[in-house]
Amino acid sequence: MKMTMTQKILAAHSGKSFIDKGELIMAELDLVLGNDITSPVAINEYRKAECANIFDCGKIALVMDHFTPNKDIKAAEQTKLVREFADEKKIVNFFDVGEMGVEHALLPEKGLVVAGDLVIGADSHTCTYGALGAFSTGVGSTDMASGMAYGKAWFKVPSAIKFNLTGSLNKWVSGKDVILHIIGMIGVDGALYKSMEFSGSGVKNLTIDDRFTICNMAIEAGAKNGIFPVDEQTLQYISDHSDRKPVIYEADPDAEYDRIFDIDLSAVEATVAYPHLPSNTKTFKDIGDVAINQVVIGSCTNGRYSDFVAAAEILKGRKVNKRVRTLIIPATQKIYLDIMESGLAKLFVEAGCIVSTPTCGPCLGGHMGILAKGERCMATTNRNFVGRMGHPESEVYLCNPAVAAASAVTGKITHPSELLGN
Amino acid sequence: MKISGNVIKYGDNVDTDVIIPARYLNSSNPKELAEHCMEDLDKTFVKRVKQGDIMVAGNNFGCGSSREHAPIAIKESGIACVIANSFARIFYRNAINTGLAIVEYGGEIDEGDMVEVDFASGKIFNLTKNIEGNFPPFPPFLQNIIEKGGLLASLKENK
Repeated sequence: MKMTMTQKILAAHSGKSFIDKGELIMAELDLVLGNDITSPVAINEYRKAECANIFDCGKIALVMDHFTPNKDIKAAEQTKLVREFADEKKIVNFFDVGEMGVEHALLPEKGLVVAGDLVIGADSHTCTYGALGAFSTGVGSTDMASGMAYGKAWFKVPSAIKFNLTGSLNKWVSGKDVILHIIGMIGVDGALYKSMEFSGSGVKNLTIDDRFTICNMAIEAGAKNGIFPVDEQTLQYISDHSDRKPVIYEADPDAEYDRIFDIDLSAVEATVAYPHLPSNTKTFKDIGDVAINQVVIGSCTNGRYSDFVAAAEILKGRKVNKRVRTLIIPATQKIYLDIMESGLAKLFVEAGCIVSTPTCGPCLGGHMGILAKGERCMATTNRNFVGRMGHPESEVYLCNPAVAAASAVTGKITHPSELLGN
Repeated sequence: MKISGNVIKYGDNVDTDVIIPARYLNSSNPKELAEHCMEDLDKTFVKRVKQGDIMVAGNNFGCGSSREHAPIAIKESGIACVIANSFARIFYRNAINTGLAIVEYGGEIDEGDMVEVDFASGKIFNLTKNIEGNFPPFPPFLQNIIEKGGLLASLKENK
């Protein structure tokens, strides 16, 4: 039938057996997501439209993660508005301080997304859930409001770029490097309006966490969504986290793609995106001495348990450089508990890091680690735009957690092999 | 609908963090947001923008975050229309949903030009340079959303 994996999910949710690229469809939603920045705008729109009620109190997730624990009075007022709405509408999945985590780490962990789902979220990194074989995409607050009211959203059916993955990753290379490599190759609008569909024999060699990171940054190439095929690892993850039954969709063998890229994972190197675009990537042969002032390990991109294991491998028995403020931000309460119970939190504090409660915080320049003029940060986050983490003349460099940890130790951009070998 | 206005021009990849920096997202009040519009890219914008001006840019306008605060801030600042070679997809949706007119067009337009846009016919006239260009008008599906006054209003009617 010549449909991509994305097109099959969209077809199934719009009651059609076949849809073609460019077609406009109205689709049924399995989950509508918002956070403490985007939900207040959506709720105001919802109220203005005098909607009768929400479509399903179990299919809306409101996660207070960006400016929480609230950084100032205005942020507190915004969160209060969402809290009151959640109470009034009896929203089941309202996550406030104490339960909240960074939304795109939290929702899969809570089992709220499974393969085959169609998810919209008023947050651009909603594309993360493609790692589980779901179609998920970021939208604005008005789309979120109509999604909450009617459980529907309109889409233009995307065409796709296929990434055929082979081989496996080398030591100190992770999913972060794969996606930075791809964005460096195709540019920040290289997949504009399109799906990024990953496939090939290399998929099985990527962990689910690698896949979350890769899909998370599909938006940084302009993509509508990123998506991985469902395999045994996916089904294991879903059965470990959810009672819901996954629905498996596969791309047709004769599906059409705008472009196909072959990527040998064993040839991908540790990659750093220089300011001020995620596509401005370099590998270590082109990286000189770049002194840094701060390291952030966290976010919806790289704030999962495996990310802290990678960082801890470097930081064990070492101290971070005195000039480098090193912030460890587990993405969820569960990950926070896991790093406490496994001793990683102690290891980080002894190395001179701080360990924070879950928050998006510094990633978007919200709070908890803002940069001054002229300062540089190595971050496992997803964007390095002008002013992203603070002063318009500060700089953010994007990298994987092991590179971030090694750089924290030396005070400059450093490959982990310099400290630990290959 | 037809508009004409003076052009304020920017380059490629104008991201939502420079359109409205996240440090101001603790408010959703359009007036407060508009006071900081474009601040990290162009501190003079807020002082020089006039009601009815047209913003022109290159590729991938509005890339980055899903914040609807971005088109809201631009619209509230007085900008009547954004013309860009291409738009990032979430911004594209958000602009339509919030009623900010946008046009995909890559013809020659410079800072300070006077430009007229005819949305129904898909024509652009650069009055300063005396150049006429075309752009694809919105498909009926989207025109309906705009005509009904936004996404929620159109869905309410169709329910």
